[in-house]
Amino acid sequence: MTDTTTDALSDAPSACPACAATPMARRQAVAAAAEAQAGRVMLSLPGIRCAGCITGVEKALAAEPGVRSARVNFTLKRATVETDPGVPPARLIAALDRAGHTAHELDASALSMTETDRAGRDLLMRLAVAGFAAMNVMLLSVAVWSGAADATRDLFHWISAAIAIPAVIFSGRPFYVSAWGALRKGRLNMDVPITLAIVLAVGTSLWETSLSGKHAYFDAAIALVFFLLGGRYLDHRTRAVARSAAEELAALEVPRAARIAGGREEEVRVGDLAVGDLVRVKPGGRMPVDGEIVAGTSELDRGLLTGETRPVFAGPGQAVSAGEVNLTGPLDVRVTAAGRESSLHRMADLVAVAESAKNRYTSLADRAAGLYAPGVHILSALAGIGWWLYTGDLRLALNIAAAVLIITCPCALGLAVPAVTTAASGRLFRQGLLIKDGTALERLAEVDTVLFDKTGTLTLGAPEVTGLDAHARADLALARALAEGSAHPLSRALAEAVAARGIAPARLEGHREVPGYGAEATWQGRTVRLGRAAWAGAAPGETTAAWLAVEGRAPMAFTFADRLRPGAREVVAGLKAAGLHVALVSGDAAPAVARFAGSVGIDDWTAEALPEGKAARVEALHSGGAKVLFVGDGLNDTAALAAAHASISPATALDAARTASDIVLLGSDIAPVAGAVTTARSAVRRIRENFAIATWYNVIAVPIAIAGFATPLAAALAMSASSITVSVNALRLR
Amino acid sequence: MEVLAILIPVALVLGGIGLAAFSWAVRSDQFDDPEGDARRILDDEYDDSPRGE
Repeated sequence: MTDTTTDALSDAPSACPACAATPMARRQAVAAAAEAQAGRVMLSLPGIRCAGCITGVEKALAAEPGVRSARVNFTLKRATVETDPGVPPARLIAALDRAGHTAHELDASALSMTETDRAGRDLLMRLAVAGFAAMNVMLLSVAVWSGAADATRDLFHWISAAIAIPAVIFSGRPFYVSAWGALRKGRLNMDVPITLAIVLAVGTSLWETSLSGKHAYFDAAIALVFFLLGGRYLDHRTRAVARSAAEELAALEVPRAARIAGGREEEVRVGDLAVGDLVRVKPGGRMPVDGEIVAGTSELDRGLLTGETRPVFAGPGQAVSAGEVNLTGPLDVRVTAAGRESSLHRMADLVAVAESAKNRYTSLADRAAGLYAPGVHILSALAGIGWWLYTGDLRLALNIAAAVLIITCPCALGLAVPAVTTAASGRLFRQGLLIKDGTALERLAEVDTVLFDKTGTLTLGAPEVTGLDAHARADLALARALAEGSAHPLSRALAEAVAARGIAPARLEGHREVPGYGAEATWQGRTVRLGRAAWAGAAPGETTAAWLAVEGRAPMAFTFADRLRPGAREVVAGLKAAGLHVALVSGDAAPAVARFAGSVGIDDWTAEALPEGKAARVEALHSGGAKVLFVGDGLNDTAALAAAHASISPATALDAARTASDIVLLGSDIAPVAGAVTTARSAVRRIRENFAIATWYNVIAVPIAIAGFATPLAAALAMSASSITVSVNALRLR
Repeated sequence: MEVLAILIPVALVLGGIGLAAFSWAVRSDQFDDPEGDARRILDDEYDDSPRGE
């Protein structure tokens, strides 16, 4: 409609001079409109390794029609593609696949923070300014310490002041803001003595300089800011790396659904779905919403929600909840609750409430600051008042008070924690563990009990056939032939297991799959079926099983067990060796849990636990004085994950579970979890050592400062020495 | 000692240039992909003519 009017306008002879501009204006408007609709696709490239891959990927993408530009970020292993509107990401992924690169789509809206790390840049700029100022002021200070006197000394002090004061005001801002925030709430944190030391040092030095005094602490003030900002930046980097990796995990699940409107299927964002919409869920897909099945039959894997390993039958009229996985046939689902109202979100809200318990934990750094801040203030005030009463010289008294504040330098204390956590997080990251929370390492080190979930945590959630030897070769051949035509996980596991024994499939006719029930065919004139117990004419048993029915014979069962996650036995043995109590809590049926617990070596197990039951178990242990580490992956684990003292979830876990946990396990091997506890313990030991170093150094330096013997040179030497000792001690962790 | 009148400003200006260069680099996304940039330099794709954007 708009197009025809503009066309008419531009095609008509120019009635006015201004109209000559319309074609140009229109083109710009069209371009702007296209820009607004233009797609921006983010792709994850996990396999990218070499320089050639970068250009390979960029060329393959640029060759696709509709792609405007493509840029690979090798550090993040990610590509950003600007496309014309309506270019499906699936086509780009297929093009990369042909070029030999694996790619996954990322949900751009979940990658808010990684794009540009504003806070990190801000800190880096302040660090650079502080470094520049510290170098120049130190240059002048060295001249003063080596004997510059009178007018030269005064000139150097004035130049130092001119450099240091603006730099300290700009670079120290994060400390002032944090200190002011704490004071307003009537509390003391580490930044209060830091701010006071900076302000007092700069203030007295300025006064001294104006009176042509001998000592000025400009270099100490700016060096203090530089060292502390270094600690802050390290801390920030560690968290930013973890956060960006966590965001990428969340972004890999692009929340899209296939909505059926007017007989056609269209791709929409899950957030746009409304109650009453009809959604088609394909086999292998996850339910995006709560709803009711309208058409189709299938089986559902509810493992992530309940911990059950047995697939559940699904047919019209049955209610489904978000997070369940559809196994065999396509299902049409009428939405009954979407977004905030869905059961997934209600569970996430529960987690938000429980998380406040975690926030109550006081970190080691805060506890140290709680002791240090009042102690230093009292000491400094006493020294100042003492000297004032003794000599009656306010200038001398203030100088000594400032020297005490500077020499008790919170530098070493400020670096004690971030230097160690950076080293420890880096080490754990290389082993495939992502530390999401700042105090996670400290809490992990205190843990004495470990609770494991079974399905999807100690197991892979993928079935494995058991007791295949009990069956005749002919039956196995039949089973393989029936199973091979199906995409059901049990069928695939069965077909693979039989094929691995070198048994050829039997010849069948008229093979057809009945979604939700199994597969059926004709063999030597008889009907054969492989599938659910009731369909094959058997009574359902306790264990997960697929039944083979041959007309005229009794049906026989192929039983399945959940496949053990690599490293499961090692992690249990490792944790026990570290002196921790290990227990298993599962929502699965008792016989399956008992058998499993025996096979991995856990004596203490609980079966058929409800989500509230798991959280209650954690609470009960906590009130008994234990500190619990919970390792779980499902929706039924989220409450327990949030309630536990520390928590770990695998990368395959539901988004809600990963959000609730402190640490995410990136690989499929679970063995690093045992190592993580050991690393956390040695990290906390290093932190305590660092505090001890800082304390001893103060025990020596403070009396010197109080006695009035401290010079700016001594302060500078002591500050650097203690900061370096603490950082080197942290590096010993590797 | 008169030489100080030249040397101190020179030291400050040189340091300031370094600081300004660093600030420019941070602001123009030079540190967004350090590993990728280290590898792109080995690639001869745009040796003859620059990448047109």
